[in-house]
This record gives sequence, C-alpha cells and structure tokens, in this order.
Amino acid sequence: MTDVEEKRAAAAVPEIVRRRKRIWPVVPIVIGALLVVLLTYTLPPFRNYQLATIGAYFTVTAGLTVLTGLNGQLSLGHGALMATGAYTFALTQNRWLHTPVSFVAAILVTTLAGVVIGLAAARLRGPYLAGLTLAVAVVVPSVTSTFDETFNSDMGLSVALDPPPGTIPMERWQAWLCWTGALVTVLSLATLVRGRFGRDLRAVRDDETAARLAGVDVARTKVLAFVVSAACAGLAGALFAVLAQSVSPGAFPLTLSLFLVMAIVIGGLGRLVGALLGAVLLVALPALAQSAGESSGSQHLEGNLALVVFGVVLVVVMLAAPGGLASIRFNLWRKR
Amino acid sequence: MKRTTAVFLTVLLFAGACDGSSSTSGSGSSVPGVTDSEVVVGTHMPLTGPAAAGYSKIAPATKAYFDFVNANGGINGRKITYKVKDDAYNPATTQQVVRELVLQDKVFAILNGLGTPTHTGVLDFLKTNKVPDLFVASGSRNWNQPDKYPGTFGFNPDYTVEGKILGTYVKQNLAGKKACFLGQDDDFGKDSLAGIEKTLGPVAAKQSYVTSNPNVGPQMGALKAAGCQVVLMATIPGFTALSIGTAAKIGFKPQFVVSNVGADPATVSKALGAAAPLLEGVVSTNYLPLTTDDASPWIQLYKKVNAQYNNNAEFDNNVVYGMSVAYLFVQSLQNAGKDLTRDSIIDAVQKNGFKGPGLVPLRFSATDHAGYGGEQLTTVKNGKAEFFGQAYTTDDGDGAVQPYTAQPVTPPQNGIPAA
Repeated sequence: MTDVEEKRAAAAVPEIVRRRKRIWPVVPIVIGALLVVLLTYTLPPFRNYQLATIGAYFTVTAGLTVLTGLNGQLSLGHGALMATGAYTFALTQNRWLHTPVSFVAAILVTTLAGVVIGLAAARLRGPYLAGLTLAVAVVVPSVTSTFDETFNSDMGLSVALDPPPGTIPMERWQAWLCWTGALVTVLSLATLVRGRFGRDLRAVRDDETAARLAGVDVARTKVLAFVVSAACAGLAGALFAVLAQSVSPGAFPLTLSLFLVMAIVIGGLGRLVGALLGAVLLVALPALAQSAGESSGSQHLEGNLALVVFGVVLVVVMLAAPGGLASIRFNLWRKR
Repeated sequence: MKRTTAVFLTVLLFAGACDGSSSTSGSGSSVPGVTDSEVVVGTHMPLTGPAAAGYSKIAPATKAYFDFVNANGGINGRKITYKVKDDAYNPATTQQVVRELVLQDKVFAILNGLGTPTHTGVLDFLKTNKVPDLFVASGSRNWNQPDKYPGTFGFNPDYTVEGKILGTYVKQNLAGKKACFLGQDDDFGKDSLAGIEKTLGPVAAKQSYVTSNPNVGPQMGALKAAGCQVVLMATIPGFTALSIGTAAKIGFKPQFVVSNVGADPATVSKALGAAAPLLEGVVSTNYLPLTTDDASPWIQLYKKVNAQYNNNAEFDNNVVYGMSVAYLFVQSLQNAGKDLTRDSIIDAVQKNGFKGPGLVPLRFSATDHAGYGGEQLTTVKNGKAEFFGQAYTTDDGDGAVQPYTAQPVTPPQNGIPAA
C-alpha cells in the first residue's frame, strides 16, 4: 500500500516539474517577441538591420550550441550548412517568388544535408569529426564553381524578394522575419532539450558507454542532434539571404564557421542564453572595432582589428569565466 | 529560464540604449550629408581579406586627394569627408556597411564602391533610398542600366570594351597565331571573352579559374596541349602571376595579352618574386597615366599629393586610380554648383564634358552610365609598362574599334578642377 503511494507521489512530482518545464520556455519567448516588436518601432533603420542580423546569427548559434555544448560534437562546417540553406532559398525564391515555400525548402534541403553529414559524423569523434565538417566548409565554394550554370560561381545569385507588406520599412520587416525565425528555433530547441532528448544528448556527451548501457541509442541521438542543428543552420542561411538579398560563396567563408564556434564558446557552451550573447557579440564586436579604428584615424587595421578584439575577448572571457559569459553569476543580485 | 529572460532584456535594452546617443546627431539640411561647410560621402572597400592586395590602397589615395582639396578651401566652401568602410570583399558585409553609411552616417553619396559581387548586392538598396552611386570600381556592365538604376554610374572601361580592343590588337599584330583565352569564372571573364570574340572571332581554346582555388596547372596544361601561341587573359593580379609562372614551369611560352585589371607590373612582379622577368613583353592596356611616366603632369600632381597627404605610399596604379576617381568626383561637385542636391549631382554627371587624366573620354549621358570608353595598349619593357600605338574607343555592342586622337589635357595650375 505504502509502496504504491510512494510510487504515485514519485510520479506526481515529475508531472508537475515536467509541466512547469514545458511552459517555462514560452514566457521568455513571448517577452522576447514583444521586446523585438517594441525595439523595431523605436530604433532607427540601421539598428533594425543590426537587430535583424543578431536574430539570424542567434538562429544558427542556438542550434550549434545544442550540438556542441549538449552533445559534444564539434562542427566547423556550420557556415557551409548555412550556405546550403541560403542557396536553396535563393534558387526557390528566384523561381517561384513565394517566401514561405522558399523558407521551408531551405530548411528541408539543409536537414537532408544534415542527415548525410550526421550519419558520417556519428561514426567519428573529436578531431576527426572537426576534420570532416571542416572539409564540408571547404568543399561548398567549389560546388558553386563546378556547377556554375546553377550557382553562378564566385559571383553568386541575387535574391528576388517580395516588398514588405503595407508600408513597413524593409529593415523592420527583416528584423521581424529574422526574429520570428530565431524565436521559433529557440522555443523548439528549449522544448526539445528539456525532455528526454536533452537527457540523451547529455548522456551521450558525458559517457557513450554508460549511455548505451542505460538504453540510449547513441548513434541515433548523435545523428538527430546533428540534423536538428543543421535545420537551424539552414533557416539561418535563408535569413542571411533575405538580409543580404544575394548569396555567394564569399558570404560563407571558413572564418564564418570558426566565428560561430567562437561565439558560442564565449557566450557559454550548451546554453541558449550563451548563444544569444554570442550572436550579439558577432554583430557588436566588428562594429565596435570598426568605430574604434575610425576614431583612432587608422585606415588599414580596421578589418584585422575585429579579429584582434574577438581574440582578446575570447582570452579574457575564458580566463575570467571558463564557462562563458552566460555562466557569470551576479552574486549581488542573488544575495538579496 | 528567469536568467534567460533577464539577459534577453538587458541585451535588447542595451542595444536600444546604445542607439539613443548616436541617432540624435541629425543635420539641419534637407539633403543628407550636405551642410554649408561639409559634404559627406562613403565607400565600401576590401581593406582586408583576399582582395585587399593592391585594392586596399585605392581609398587612402582618394582620401589623400580630398584632403589636398580641403586644405585648399574645399569645393563651394564645403570640405569633403570620405568615410571608408572595410567589407573584406564579402557581399554580406557590404550590405551591412553600406546600410550603416546610408542610414546611420547619412552620407550624401556612395563613391567608388569596389567589386562586382559586392556592389551588385546593394544596387537595389541604394536605388530605394535614392542615394547617388557614383563611379563604381569595377568594369561590369551592371552599372550601365540607367532605366533600372538611374543613380548608378561606372568608372572603369567595361570588360567588353577592353576585350574588343585586345582582340583587335591580336587580330592585327599576331594574325595567324593560335589565340586562346583564360578568364575568371564570373562576369569579368565572360564579358571580356565576349568582347574578344567580337573582334577576333572564336578563340581556339578557353579555360576558366575560380579565385578560391589557387592552382591553374590544369588550365595552363590544357592551353599548352591545344598548341596556343597567344593567351588572352582576364585575370586579377595574383592569378596573372600564377598563370605566367605556371606556364614557364611547364615550358609553355605564348604571348600573353592581359586585361588592365590584372597587369599592374608593380603588383604582378611582387607576386612573381625572382621570376619577375617573365613579365617582359606582356601586352596589356590602360586608360589612366602610367605610374612610371614622370613627364606626365598628372603623375607629378599625384606624386605631390601622395607625398603630402598619403604618407608617401608606394606609388602604383592603385594610387593613380584612387586619385583619378577623387578628381572626377570633385569635378562633379563643381559642376553640380553651390546648390548641391542628389539630383543636381546626377544631372552634372550625365551632362559629362569632364576633362581629366583619362586618355579617352567618359561616356556618361542620360542614356549611358558606363565609365571610360576605351584604352591604349601597353607593353612591359625593363619591368615597366609603356604605352605604344594610340588610344582606341569603342562600345560594348557591335560598334567599331576606333582610334582616338585628341590630345590629353593637363591638370589645372593649382591641381584642383574649377567649375
């Protein structure tokens, strides 16, 4: 009798916890959405464009941090997956000029690419996996020149866009599109990693053998993680195409993939907050470096200065907060 | 998740707060970037990244000439402020920096934005915001679409014009030799080949390369196997050096005829290093005074400005190019008059009649927004390019390649064009 009661009690607690956990992600997302709308009405157009860029970066860093931080798979090829999404978006958009269809196509095609790479990746680990994804990042530009009839080689494709509905300015529309993508992505990821999938991810990351003994399908989990993050990258790529109104290999260089990894490391691996902070840094640091270069009168160092600033920030953050910016605890707040 | 919300709020509010300070500085004038004492123009340039070699010297040279003009009182009482943004030749970054220039810095015009793939992406944006898009640094024919992009004007002779002139040279002087082509796999290569084939007829063999793969071994091998005696090239400097070097390695010694884009002897011999003598006899073209021509009053003027305002930067084609662009912009400002508006400068450019350093006239009119309409041939002797023959003009259609005989003008006494 007591035994049954205990079991019931044990079952009841997770039920509440589970429900709480299911509801929780919705609240910040709704607040975030409201804030974004508020900001797009108060900010001038260029800041809206930067806000939109943060949204696009957030979409991919969120997926990447789940893959790398929670599942322990290091991908240096997410820039290439973004390129896949961007090119798919451009091709479908130029053909049918139907934005929702193009977004779906971009996500689907990139997910497929994610399945292929993920299947190979599930058999590799550590540096070998990094090598494989690195190869993907290097191969994509040559695909565009090999099939130059379709992809127009280094010149890339321009993207036909519908004008924004009504009298909404272009930059505000772009910010809305990008943040819709980002918030939907984050909501799905937050929901996903809170459940069993998230536990599987962590179990596989921490100890594959133990995870297998506990009944977790390791290969399946790894492939799924890769596919999920590839889908995010595909959506982000499509958003980049919307932002730049053109796609070309030059927009998705190897450095982009490396910057993405750097951003999630600085932000805090495995945390969506970290992904957001990383996305903000990706936009803010180059801008800061450029204005610093301008005010100091330097002409030649501007571009390299961004790299220097990024490097310095990485070193400082890793020394001060090894877990990334998101791991910094505000003790003063807590004590109160 | 509470922390997520907190961080989210902080970040977004911070973004908002950052902005408040910068958006308040609006000018009272109705024309963006123009006040009684200043005109602000901007550009996007590869100061870093794969295309920075050579090209990163253009914007500082342009700025140096503007500083020279400003030191002499400016134009109609206005000093020129030139905002240079680095886009690393990445189209996505170009989008970002051009928006910053137009929406945030409120520039009057974009001047000499560099690159075909990079600049193509911002054409629509500049058009919707009615920003004059003057003298784009590329020979693509994209800039010459006055119906579609009424505010965009080119500067370089387009690649088809150049191709026609190179083709004519080969037809007249290297008749009967097997002529082949190596080009970049984009509009540069395609437009150039179209021009060459218009005057020379079909080439015997053609090869292309992409900048992301620095190996032209297969291409040069194929051209050697095809028995080519003349190789026409639409290549950027690095690939000119690579192609000539690779050919020498496999014992392939054709006559090279290279687009002016990739034939600056200073840049190419630096890339070739000890193999620089391979450049001897290479035929190319130019439409601006040659850096080595110390007798040219333009070169004297530019060297003076370079010494005074450009920290005596190494004097190469890019410096001449940057200052020639600046000179043309100053002429446009003069012609637009005291009452400077975006419409008035576009009208001034369309009216044309500019006399400057160019060997041939600019083609600007209400129906033509292409830049220079021709070139003169050069050859490399003792490591220096030299003009030979005479200048030619033509169009990008079926028009004939015609000699251009008018005498070049000299710069004004004080080095600053008058209205």
